[in-house]
Formats: sequence, C-alpha cells, structure tokens
Amino acid sequence: MLILECPCCGVRGEETEFHGGGEAHIKRSGPGSSDEAFHDYLFAKENPRGVHFERWRHVYGCGKWFHAARCTQTLEVFGTYSAQTTEPPQDIKDKISARRPGWTWREFA
Amino acid sequence: MSEAQSALRGTWHKGLVTVAEAGLQGMITLRGQTGEAGFADAVKQATGLDLPDTRTIVAADKRAIAWMSPDEWLLMCPYEDAHDMVAGLRAALAGRHHLVENVSDARAMFTLDGDDATLREVLAKLAPVDLHPERFGPGEMRRTRFAQVPGAFWLTAPGAARVVCFRSVAQYMYDLLCVASSEGSAVGYFKP
Repeated sequence: MLILECPCCGVRGEETEFHGGGEAHIKRSGPGSSDEAFHDYLFAKENPRGVHFERWRHVYGCGKWFHAARCTQTLEVFGTYSAQTTEPPQDIKDKISARRPGWTWREFA
Repeated sequence: MSEAQSALRGTWHKGLVTVAEAGLQGMITLRGQTGEAGFADAVKQATGLDLPDTRTIVAADKRAIAWMSPDEWLLMCPYEDAHDMVAGLRAALAGRHHLVENVSDARAMFTLDGDDATLREVLAKLAPVDLHPERFGPGEMRRTRFAQVPGAFWLTAPGAARVVCFRSVAQYMYDLLCVASSEGSAVGYFKP
C-alpha cells in the first residue's frame, strides 16, 4: 500500500484518500511549438521502474495538489513537496540519493 | 414559505453505538487567505471565534469553526442563525478576497454516541484513518473518505463524534454507519 503525507495539511494517509495526477514537472508546449514538441508534451511520458516523480491531489482531504517522489517498484515514498515548484527541492533529491545512489529521472539526478 | 427539513428528519439507530441524523444544522463555508493581515480579526469580529489551527476545530457556545483546508473553514451555528451570520461575515470581510456561502441545506450531519473504544472502531471500519486514542483525539478535525463518499468527522468528547457529508449521500452515510455499528460486529480492536 502506498502511504503518502500531504505537505499542505500534514495528514499521513493511504492511497485511496488521494488521487494521482500523472507525471510531475512537465513543461507545457502549446501554440507556437513544433508538432514534435507538442506530441512529446502530450504523449511521451516516463515509465520508470524505480524513482519517479508524480503529482497527487489530496482529493478526500484538504483538496490541494502536491508533488511526490517515490519508487514505483517498492512503493517507498522518498518525500512529498509543494506543487508550486518546477523541480524537486534539494532535500528530496538528497533523500533519494541516500536510498538510490546514482538515480536519474529526466534531466534530474 | 417552505418548511426546512433535514436530510433524514432525525432518523436514529441504536447498535454498538447510537447513530442519529442531527437534524437541521447551520453550516457556512468560508474561504479566504489566512495569512492576510486582519482576516482572522474580521472573522473573529463576525463570529466570536478564533480561526482554528491546521486540522483542528474550535467550539464555543453553540458555534464551532473547523479547519477544512489551508484556505477553507467550515463554520457551524444554529440553523436559523446562518443567514444573519453570512451577512455579518460578508460585511466584516468586505473589500477582501473571500467567499462566504450558507451551505446548511447542502450538507447532512450525524451524531455518534457510545463507548469510546467502540465508537473509534465504527469510524475506523469506514475511514482510512488511524483512530488510536494516542493519534486522534477530541478537537481534531479530519476530512476523509467514508467507504465511497467524502466526509469529515471530529470527536466532541470521548465517546461522542460528529460526521458531516453532502446531503445527496446522507442515506448512504446513514446506512454505512448503521452497518458498521450493527450488533455482533464488534472487533474490540481499540479495547484497552
């Protein structure tokens, strides 16, 4: 079972109280971008076995969005952090490095 | 003028705990920016209550205000006072970013009374919440899921809880609570 802690209200709840919102830190490619960039924005997603960054919403609780860094293989959650950021904070990256040395995910490592 | 009716008109059931629909209850949704200077004072002026800390509920007299999210609170008062309370809040918050709405008729409230350990068990059967007495006590507000519907609950005292949900799922919530508290279904998990 996936146990997440909402950084907005501090509730530590199990997966069914939350709702997944797909991959995190996606850069929007809209009007004016190339077809290839728009295609990748819409369809090309990471599908890793291991470290992954996702958006989640505390849908049955405070209703707020947040980010989660977790392992898709073990369901270990490295940490959750604010939705108002375009990249994982350093302390989250440090926690992942301590548990999964040498990890990479898109441009982050 | 139509006569206001609560969702289940005070239906009650006695099983492991007593489940009762609480009848008409004034409820007001308040949204705003908690960090904004003067916001809490304006709410205090209009309601007589301090804004609660994260995940808590403060009650005084017949009023209570509960934390719902970082920018949302649920204000409870007698049903007949809700209209004036909304007007008072709107006047006090004029010129600020805010939302005040009377949601009394859009919600249902249930009271649960009984032995504390058994009551915790009834709630724990339905909601994915750690209800151990050391982890959840009176004064804490918890928005969560009851089986398939959203709801919120708090303990007013040991052995007494209140549950609020949307009015449209009041019958479902009542049925859930009755089944979870049906005779012979005790597990004894929280028994000392």
